[in-house]
Amino acid sequence: MRIDLEPRTNRSPALEIGAPIAALVAAILLGGLVVALLGKSPTRAFAVYFIEPLLAGWSLQEIAVKACPLVLIAVGLGFCFRANIWNIGAEGQFVVGGLAGGWLAIATHGGAHQTIGGWWIVPAMLLLGAVCGAVYAMIPALLKVWLGVSEILTSLMLVYVAELLLDYLVRGRLRDPKGFNFPQSVTFEDVARLPFLAQGERLHAGVVIAVLAVIAAHFVFARMRFGFAVRLTGEAPRAARFAGFNDRKLTLAVFAISGGLAGLAGICEVAGQIGQLQPVISPGYGFTAIIVAFLGRLSPVGILVAGLVLALTYIGGEAAQVALKLPNDMTRAFQGILLMCVLAADTFTRYKIRVSRTGAT
Amino acid sequence: MQTPEQQQQQQQHEPDPPLLRLRGIVKRFGGFTANDHIDLDLRAGEAHGLIGENGAGKSTLVKIIYGLLQPDAGEIFLSAERIRLASPREARARGIGMVFQHFSLFENLTVAENIALALPSAETLHGLRPRILALAERYGLSLDPDRPVWSLSAGERQRIEIARCLLQDPRLVILDEPTSVLTPQEATKLFETLDRLKAEGRALLYISHKLDEVRRLCERATILRLGKKVGDCDPRRESPRSLAALMVGAEVADISPSAPHAQGPDLLVVDDLSLASQDIHGVDLSGISLRLRGGEILGIAGIAGNGQSELFAALSGERLGAGAEKIRIAGAPAGARDITQRRLMGAAFIPEERNGHAAAPAFSLAENVALSRHAAAGFARNGALNFARARQTARDIIGAFDVRASGPDAAARTLSGGNLQKFLVGREILGQPKVLVVDQPTWGVDAAAAGAIRQALVDLAGRGAAVLLISQDLDELFDVCDRVCVMHAGSLSPPRDARETTRAEVGLLMTGSVIEAAHAH
Amino acid sequence: MNAQLFELVLLTIVTASIPLVIAALGELVTERAGVLNLGVEGMMIVGAALGFAGAWASGSTLVGALCGVAAGMILAALFGLLTIVLAVNQVAAGLALTIFGVGLSGLLGAGFVGLKREGAPHLQLPGLSDLPFVGKLVFGEDAFVYAAFLLVALAAYFLARSRAGLALRAIGDNHDSAHALGLSVRGVRFLAVLFGGACAGLAGAYLSLAYTPFWAPGMTAGRGWIALALVVFASWKPWRVVLGALLFGGATVLQLHAQAASLGLPGQLMSATPYLATILGLVVLSLGARRNSAAPAALGQVFVPPR
Repeated sequence: MRIDLEPRTNRSPALEIGAPIAALVAAILLGGLVVALLGKSPTRAFAVYFIEPLLAGWSLQEIAVKACPLVLIAVGLGFCFRANIWNIGAEGQFVVGGLAGGWLAIATHGGAHQTIGGWWIVPAMLLLGAVCGAVYAMIPALLKVWLGVSEILTSLMLVYVAELLLDYLVRGRLRDPKGFNFPQSVTFEDVARLPFLAQGERLHAGVVIAVLAVIAAHFVFARMRFGFAVRLTGEAPRAARFAGFNDRKLTLAVFAISGGLAGLAGICEVAGQIGQLQPVISPGYGFTAIIVAFLGRLSPVGILVAGLVLALTYIGGEAAQVALKLPNDMTRAFQGILLMCVLAADTFTRYKIRVSRTGAT
Repeated sequence: MQTPEQQQQQQQHEPDPPLLRLRGIVKRFGGFTANDHIDLDLRAGEAHGLIGENGAGKSTLVKIIYGLLQPDAGEIFLSAERIRLASPREARARGIGMVFQHFSLFENLTVAENIALALPSAETLHGLRPRILALAERYGLSLDPDRPVWSLSAGERQRIEIARCLLQDPRLVILDEPTSVLTPQEATKLFETLDRLKAEGRALLYISHKLDEVRRLCERATILRLGKKVGDCDPRRESPRSLAALMVGAEVADISPSAPHAQGPDLLVVDDLSLASQDIHGVDLSGISLRLRGGEILGIAGIAGNGQSELFAALSGERLGAGAEKIRIAGAPAGARDITQRRLMGAAFIPEERNGHAAAPAFSLAENVALSRHAAAGFARNGALNFARARQTARDIIGAFDVRASGPDAAARTLSGGNLQKFLVGREILGQPKVLVVDQPTWGVDAAAAGAIRQALVDLAGRGAAVLLISQDLDELFDVCDRVCVMHAGSLSPPRDARETTRAEVGLLMTGSVIEAAHAH
Repeated sequence: MNAQLFELVLLTIVTASIPLVIAALGELVTERAGVLNLGVEGMMIVGAALGFAGAWASGSTLVGALCGVAAGMILAALFGLLTIVLAVNQVAAGLALTIFGVGLSGLLGAGFVGLKREGAPHLQLPGLSDLPFVGKLVFGEDAFVYAAFLLVALAAYFLARSRAGLALRAIGDNHDSAHALGLSVRGVRFLAVLFGGACAGLAGAYLSLAYTPFWAPGMTAGRGWIALALVVFASWKPWRVVLGALLFGGATVLQLHAQAASLGLPGQLMSATPYLATILGLVVLSLGARRNSAAPAALGQVFVPPR
């Protein structure tokens, strides 16, 4: 048997939208198979993972809150991946952003703002988180631009370094002195928390920031010369150089954007969701966002939808842990399956697949 | 109704079967028929020309004979035995060898390793070396088995291809455009080798669109046009003009010279430009000087890989580092400016490679307009691109240059080579450049489009622009240029008046002997 | 430092290096065929989980090792299906494989957390194994160590001398030329990917069967990624992988000893050493050599046979 790929000359819009949906369906079926092999009921698991979270108001809000960091990071990664630049260290940039912004909250804790007003603290935290995320992303970016070191390996290694740094500081300098030696910081004051959108609800202002980031990124890709340069660099790097776009500056720019957005996501998570620094602040958002970016076909609007879908797997996964005793690893395995299905589906939009039984080769 | 095969079989009752016989070969790619019922007979000891334009289906047909592609219909007979070739390995085992146009070589392997890969697995590298040397001796193909391929010239690389093919003692040798990378002198040597092969009783299938070569080498020729066989003939009895007419299907239009015009001021001046290559396998530019006036077309001849792409990159500003005063565009120093700034100074550039360099294949034609025009007035404001303007310009180009495309939103990759090239030439020419640097504008382009492109260059010069034409096609250079110089090993010869020099002279320069002599003085 | 301690340090260096040697060697062969598989970490950790499970169920270290190899190959086949048959971007598919592998290993290993096995048996040659300094080092290792060195020698011979190795290198240099000559680009690449998976699985099994020897979630701790970096350090040459892995293992062990000597440095900094050392190594290497000159020319490029 031999399988041949024949490039499609015209790509139909139906296929472009249908492919990720088909991938999702395929991943759910494969995931169901894994659940069945673990000796649990796949239909029950499907209900717990994908249906029940959609039925209650609080869990819908929870999905939006979980989607917030995923979408923010993935929008940034969209810039990198579109330009064929592989920042896979968003998890580390997320941690550094959260750490830097969180440090400001701790440093001002019980401080002068009680007399001069604390309105500036949250914006300053957000800014600091974004800047530090971007600066951390500059390490692999500069090494790539100056020395040609593969950004894949360096950005990934820096994830471990950032996680260990957070762990060190939360157990040391940033630990709450009155916290009975628990490895966590003080709980942030209200002036250092992202405001909630409504009294007593879970939705915080980070959700608005994520939506704004999607709109801005969409505009940049659709209209701006920079978005055109990013797309062209990924599609045909030599043509981009011919167009006069500097690939080094572009590498730095997309790393800064994705690092900045990941850092922003980090501080949004810390200041919005957690409210303090802990030794671990991310259940792998930076890696899940890679899946979000691909499931959303690297387009900002697609990423918004994909972020909600992946957030659903987190919420559903937590529920399944309780209801079905399915380990948390199931969520991660499912996410891996989903990414593989998405990538395979992409091939079907670009090629016609021909399977022939002839041919000895 | 009779199929063409039946007709052929009734007409031909020959005593001995031909070495290779094709009957009714059909190959389709999607909706496109690349070979439409092609017949061909080839006898031992015969040199058979396969001629036709780019896109006529020659390469597809020989790939079928070499087992790289499988036909959708039709039969192949080798010495009257009907065969099916599932892979090149089988073709080689049956005595069919091929010399590729785009060499199928491995840059980082040695000559011997490259050759071993095409031989049956029983062959050891150790035993191969003496055989390579013996073969090289016999056919005058000097080769060092231990050199890595990346260090070799195009001519040497072709010798590897030929040696690789001959070591299997083939009965049939297919050569696909073998002279396209050779100097005229190297081509002459190649023909001597081919004559010897013929004398040994081997059959040659010689693909070319250079009619002089076919007339020099072949006793028979099959002419293809748009995937169909349109005739066969004895090329020695035809004139190049009659062959060209058969090939193109119409009389070939000559380039009409532009109206006499005065030569303007110096628009492109290069002064003693030297630049080390950044690529391991690249060529260093050394001491390049040229002076190009408005209204003039200067040609740069030379074999591929002698620094032409490096020169193009240095002139366009894709590669910086020359020093501000080394390059002047329209009187102003430009050496330190990047490509966008040079465009704003009035220069335009058309690189050799269409797909992925001059154009992004997956992008629409309108976006491809923005690719080189995004900094021009009206195309962008405050970092936002004016895509409406780009679409209008794309429409203008399609109209003015007779580009066959469904519209400004068609992806560049959906256009044929000739149409995309016309579009890209139009993109730059409609911008009214003062200086146009163009590299191999008609490479792989059909004759009609090539004619239109050459005419456009002549007309642009007629309007007072300076055109620098880098080309490996001597016919093209002598057709359109006022002056010609030759590039060899990163150096440029002094220019000569195109009317006062001959192809032989330029060919000699292409081998480098004279440039070195000139530099010695 | 007395002789006994010295030998002990050397022994730990070898132990720390072996998983890196095996995993990096597999990836090296894969990359020489032109395929970049970033899923080493995922294949390795599934190999560790399944290797331990297999050994626990059968009571045999050998069966466990074979289970690890099989696990790595199954995941590699998945990667091959995506990247070689379906022409998916290799970087993205490799990441997917790692994410999937980490999750899957958690599921597979869930029942084995906290269990402990006897480590893999060590060679015991009367007389030789008791020689001072080198006895245990040369004649008293476990079977994985000897297997690793045998694998390196075989791979080095295969790549440099054998006909099939020549074809593999040719395919990694220029897949279009290889296809035009009738070499089976996709077939050879698939086999190379499978070999890489087998090695990654074996390396993982070594961790859970000989190094620790128990299963713990996330126990590969980025070794798969470090193996990927080692291939670059080694300029795609098998014996240099051994050298790089030993240097790396040495750094790790010294870090452990520094920690034990309690120099007052935070433990997290010590744990970060391997990752920082990897970055530093990549930087130093790029300062010395010409950019990527040793990398297979077709590395990471998708091949779709022209029709």
